[in-house]
Amino acid sequence: MTKKDMAILLTEAEAKALLTKVLSYSKADSCEVNLSGARRGNIRYARNEVSTSGALDNQLLGVQSAYGKKVGTATITEFDDASLEKVVRRSEELARLAPENSEYMGILGPQQYLKVNGFFDSIANLTPDARADAVAKSLKLTREAKLIGAGFMDDRNGYEAMMNSKGLFAYYPSTNVNFSLTVRTEDGKGSGYVARGYNDFTKLDPAVATRIALLKAQGSAEARAIEPGKYTVILEPTAAAVLLENIFFNMDARSADEGRSYFSKTGGKSRLGDKIVDERVTIYSDPTNAELPASPWSGDGRAQEKTMWIEKGVVKNLAYSRFWAQKQGKKAVPNPNNVIMAGGTQSLEDMIKSTQRGILVTKLWYIREVDPQTILLTGLTRDGTFFIENGKIKYPVKNFRFNESPVIMLNNLESLGKPERVVSTESDQNYLIPPMKIREFTFTSLSDAV
Amino acid sequence: MGLGTAGIILPNLPAFSRTVSPEQLLEPGLDVAVKKRLADAALNAAKSKGATYTDVRIGRYLNQFVITREDKVQNIVNTESYGVGVRVIADGCWGFAAVVDAKNEADTAKAAETAVAIAKANAKLMKEPVQLASQKGYGEVSWKAPIQRNAFEVPIKEKVDLLLGVNDAALKNGANYVNSVLFMVNEQKYFASTDGTYADQDIHRIWPIFTVTAIDPKTGKFETRNALSAPMGMGYEYLQRNPVDKVTGITTRYNKGYDMLEDVTAAAKQARAKHAAKSVEAGKYDLVLDPSHLWLTIHESVGHPLELDRVLGYEANFAGTSFATLDKWKSKDFNYGSKQVNLIADKTQVGSLGAVGYDDEGVQTQKWDLVRDGTLVNYQAIRDQAHIIDEDHSQGCCYADSWSSVQFQRMANVSLEAGKTPLSVANMIKDVKKGIYIIGDGSFSIDQQRYNFQFGGQLFYEIKDGQIAGMLKDVAYQSNTQEFWNSCVQVCDASDYRLGGSFFDGKGQPPQSSAVSHGSSTTRFNGVNVINTARKI
Repeated sequence: MTKKDMAILLTEAEAKALLTKVLSYSKADSCEVNLSGARRGNIRYARNEVSTSGALDNQLLGVQSAYGKKVGTATITEFDDASLEKVVRRSEELARLAPENSEYMGILGPQQYLKVNGFFDSIANLTPDARADAVAKSLKLTREAKLIGAGFMDDRNGYEAMMNSKGLFAYYPSTNVNFSLTVRTEDGKGSGYVARGYNDFTKLDPAVATRIALLKAQGSAEARAIEPGKYTVILEPTAAAVLLENIFFNMDARSADEGRSYFSKTGGKSRLGDKIVDERVTIYSDPTNAELPASPWSGDGRAQEKTMWIEKGVVKNLAYSRFWAQKQGKKAVPNPNNVIMAGGTQSLEDMIKSTQRGILVTKLWYIREVDPQTILLTGLTRDGTFFIENGKIKYPVKNFRFNESPVIMLNNLESLGKPERVVSTESDQNYLIPPMKIREFTFTSLSDAV
Repeated sequence: MGLGTAGIILPNLPAFSRTVSPEQLLEPGLDVAVKKRLADAALNAAKSKGATYTDVRIGRYLNQFVITREDKVQNIVNTESYGVGVRVIADGCWGFAAVVDAKNEADTAKAAETAVAIAKANAKLMKEPVQLASQKGYGEVSWKAPIQRNAFEVPIKEKVDLLLGVNDAALKNGANYVNSVLFMVNEQKYFASTDGTYADQDIHRIWPIFTVTAIDPKTGKFETRNALSAPMGMGYEYLQRNPVDKVTGITTRYNKGYDMLEDVTAAAKQARAKHAAKSVEAGKYDLVLDPSHLWLTIHESVGHPLELDRVLGYEANFAGTSFATLDKWKSKDFNYGSKQVNLIADKTQVGSLGAVGYDDEGVQTQKWDLVRDGTLVNYQAIRDQAHIIDEDHSQGCCYADSWSSVQFQRMANVSLEAGKTPLSVANMIKDVKKGIYIIGDGSFSIDQQRYNFQFGGQLFYEIKDGQIAGMLKDVAYQSNTQEFWNSCVQVCDASDYRLGGSFFDGKGQPPQSSAVSHGSSTTRFNGVNVINTARKI
């Protein structure tokens, strides 16, 4: 590592020293500084060979200065003393020019944060060779099986820190790797997918993951067309995640109170406290979860605590900005940094065994909101969809388009399996989500796509 | 994959962007002579390390976004990103490296050396060496978007006043809430390659948008209506109110000048009217699709499936592949649509988002046929793909969203040619017995090989026996690309031709964003399956 490389990734002490220096230049009523640095590496491959690979170092420092309720923000990527002073002055100039922001809440004082470990040396020390070796293991399997692999591995080692003129300081280092792979048969009749996300590189076994996509590719070839309509479905966690996250994205208190979200009710009320889904549904966030660690603070310095969002089917919390919380007299619960859905003990195999007639959905694609009032979503199945009869997978079926709301879906819940860490194929977010069996899931048309 | 245009969102800014003051955006970038010196340093360094081809992109990317709701300015964002990207072929393989804030020859030379080292390392995993279509050098050339008023020179106050005025009009005309945003982009790009091209280009884009929300306190329901503006490759002159750019009818639509105040006034009333609109009865309808709607269907069902890299499998892990396989193209009789359907790729169209003089690998831009008289005739290909479709030249549609991103094949402006027989929208509607007239784009989804799609819209009007019978809601149509384009029976003439487009079209891993326009005249499709999207909860 060269000296310049080192400077991208600051330790807690180095970050503190840098932030203290930046604040020393401030002449505004208040000042808050956010700092981040990251090193990313990636390899992309297609048609069984590497297509592009890259490495990117990035760092950013943002200064927010305020005079009363007049606020200005400026950011910079250079960290020499002159640049640091310049960015503070610029934020002060912008603050003086800005109109008063009646919703500005000022900065927070020192906060207490939970202890979280999301940093692993296995990624921090990852070399380009190790990255290439991991991909080589995957390529070897697809080549040997005479299948075609297209994949992407993206790892990140970085930190975030913040400090303000009221004495708040926060620092969180973390690492993560996302790996995804699509395997197709040479004749284009079968396709399988796998995605894995971890904070610790030693947990990623590209060969095991590749075999999953490979089996799905082989198993999904020669799919039969069956009539669209309402079916019992088993959603693998990868498929469930992209539907459920549309509930999470809508849990903003202000939109609900303003009457313009699914979480609104007539008369300026929200569904806070209402039972909206099956009582077996419990969704929460917890930055300290060992499987899915997340930063214990939000970007404005608020502490992230373990928070129930939906407990036994009842809406327990909505996310509040500090302004809206004060206006409504509520606790300012920040948007969470991770989301976990509790599940049961059943394995996916158990869930298939207990199904008389249904469809196993392994992945969903191109999810879009059709009606925000009901969170009605459309999208399609992709990369392995199978017909289940009498407790067994019988044959692959052609892909379907669906029109379904995750809220309706969680009211039609049959059973939940064991939660797994998944990567959303829509948002790239990682979640802990169980496989789930749902009755009367609405497929509206067939697709010829493989 | 698809678009990030739904709703009002702040896009991810390119890596290394920094926020700057508005005045700073007007400071000139590097002098062209300095850029040539920086580029030559990289070209020479790469050559001395063994590269057989090199291109250098020196880019300064400026963004300004003004974001408001009701009577408040929520944010004014100014960013600037400057750096250099060097791409090489060495040992037959591509290599790429980028450097932030490169102001001297040593920086660009070092990036070139890194790119060569990466190419040589990757060459070990390569099966076939890169085949690059030959390209003549153009010498020192330049291209500037033909704008009339640089949006970055317009004072912030004028922009804020416009948006707050728009919001005020929305609230006065029945909206409960309104969000409005003005996006402005300026790409100052310098390209140099070992072919002998040094191209200096100045590109401008603008996109004014809003969403109005109207709540019915009795039912607790809410309805929205988004702007009927188009993102354009224009300056601030797009916001001039000009009667010649207005298309009147059941609601006013806009060509190369957008009256935001007039549109938001109509939008507020229409969002309110949607509460009383009839919920559509599912079934087959003849669809009359306005250009403000049809652009998105063209984008998803024609633009994407005819990208050659998707056809070949390079996007299989994310955006997907394509139904329009090489055998279909080779057959010379693959019936993409009816005889009325002529789809054109065009990187030269004035005012479009995709218009440039030269693409990001130094190829002069062009116009070419994709579908002629309903038959698939071509794809969109760049230099290292041209040989696959028996072309001896690139079609000039290579693009990178930043100096720090590797350039790759991106969609050209893809448009439906206007009908040759004179035909107005009114005359088209007159012949429809049972139909729906759709204006504006709504939700959109299509499968990974681009067969099955579903589209919503902003405004839906029922057509009964040649007359508009009133407003509908809960409408979406589902079809299959080939079936849909074969159900095309009429295209209005050129007097109705307008552009729509995507400001943030995503593709690649890691994802890159590009902007692309799609033009058409109002078009009729017969017997399309319409579903009702209302649900009880």
